[in-house]
Amino acid sequence: MEKKLLIEGRRLDGRSPDQLRPVKLKAGVLKRADGSAYIEQGNNKILVAVYGPQELHPRHLQQPDMAVLRCMYNMAPFSVEERKKPGPDRRSVEISKVVREALESVLFLNLYPRSVIDIYIEVLQADAGTRVAGITAASVALADAGIPIRDLVAGVSVGKVDGTLVLDLNAEEDQYGEADMPVAMTGRDKRITLLQMDGHMTREEFRQALQLAMKGCQQLYELQKEALREKYSSTPKEVTG
Amino acid sequence: MIEKHRVLSLLKKEPLLRSLQQGKRIDGRTFDQYRPISLERHVIKSAEGSAQVRLGDTTVLVGAKPKKMPPFPDAPDEGGLIVGAELRPLASPTFEPGPPDENAIELARIVDRGLRESKCLDFRELCIEAGKEVWVIYVDIHVLDHGGNLVDAAMLASIAALLDIKGPEDPAWKKDFSLKYKPVSVTIAKLGNCLLADPSLEEEEAMDSRITFCVREDGVISAVQKGGSGYFESEEILRAEEMAFTCAEKLRRLLG
Repeated sequence: MEKKLLIEGRRLDGRSPDQLRPVKLKAGVLKRADGSAYIEQGNNKILVAVYGPQELHPRHLQQPDMAVLRCMYNMAPFSVEERKKPGPDRRSVEISKVVREALESVLFLNLYPRSVIDIYIEVLQADAGTRVAGITAASVALADAGIPIRDLVAGVSVGKVDGTLVLDLNAEEDQYGEADMPVAMTGRDKRITLLQMDGHMTREEFRQALQLAMKGCQQLYELQKEALREKYSSTPKEVTG
Repeated sequence: MIEKHRVLSLLKKEPLLRSLQQGKRIDGRTFDQYRPISLERHVIKSAEGSAQVRLGDTTVLVGAKPKKMPPFPDAPDEGGLIVGAELRPLASPTFEPGPPDENAIELARIVDRGLRESKCLDFRELCIEAGKEVWVIYVDIHVLDHGGNLVDAAMLASIAALLDIKGPEDPAWKKDFSLKYKPVSVTIAKLGNCLLADPSLEEEEAMDSRITFCVREDGVISAVQKGGSGYFESEEILRAEEMAFTCAEKLRRLLG
């Protein structure tokens, strides 16, 4: 099972430990949704749609003083090697919860009583770090929907392979690595809105991993702004796929 | 019902924060102080291992049951661990009957990662015959009274239930079953700009966010989970981590 994931300071895909995978991020890719975004990060392909704010049904779920934020993270059955049974499982229920909690604090939910904002994250092809890539795209989709936000949230995962901390794990590193720590933070204020970890890290490694994640999130934040500028600072282009 | 609870917690938030600004928690505890804890082992005869933890007003009962199963194809010589949690309606007016909701699932998955990633169980030792049969240990978390901080109570009861496992009466069961580590979890809530260990229900209802650290006795962190709709500054995360290690020491002493 021993597999070297780091050879002479380079990762199997040629990256240095603190390097992100190639990222392609695009705002406004769906016609029907109020806002949308598409992200490719390594071999991840993820679509995010935002609907709302709109009236929440059934009405007993409405909050009289604020909107309800709902988030649904879903993996397509063909998004992973072994076909995934369609529908929610325990993992996706938990991810939907932490993703919602990662985005809630940048929204002004009190502006929309009795309403709902829905975020749908569809993982079409998975290559580790899907929840955080989903958050990066979801922020762009929220902005694309014209929903006021305090800040953009970007996410990235930091892991440990062969005893070394590495940024933005790919699937192989995630499978054979010693730790995985997804982090999401706001771009301007650097507030951490999602933090999970499993594996083992010493206290010192945890501190360093947090630093590394912040660095990665900053780079993704720049890409988020770029994606929005590309969509909105020039004449809209016809968008395919 | 749930609506009423949200309104009440909003009303209670003000006095809670005011008290914190004066350096006091509403129940008189210091910021890093846990509520009184008691741990009772072997409380359920029908489970091979069990434990009940009382943490302030919270009561959590955990049963651990090993079961013979065929192994997963990708790990033919390894046993398994399956953690489930039920938030039974008897434990709180906000719990509803039905299949586990996102809170129950999150609770089970935090405890699962805290146990699994700590490597306290050697899954190879749970192999009976490679490719044919292994032991899978079911850890079932039953919340009986929800007084806040279910994660730490459930984690403590789970590890105590695993330590309590005697048997099953089966020649395939290795009599020397033991745990390599005793991981415990410490949950810190953020209220305003205060960090509070072991939030009570009132504090939980008013908190912005929480963070849980699962830590081993050798200083290794095996799982972390932020929850709640608020955020943490990175400096607050590091402060919470410091608190977690101080509290973990004390919690682990309960396990003997």
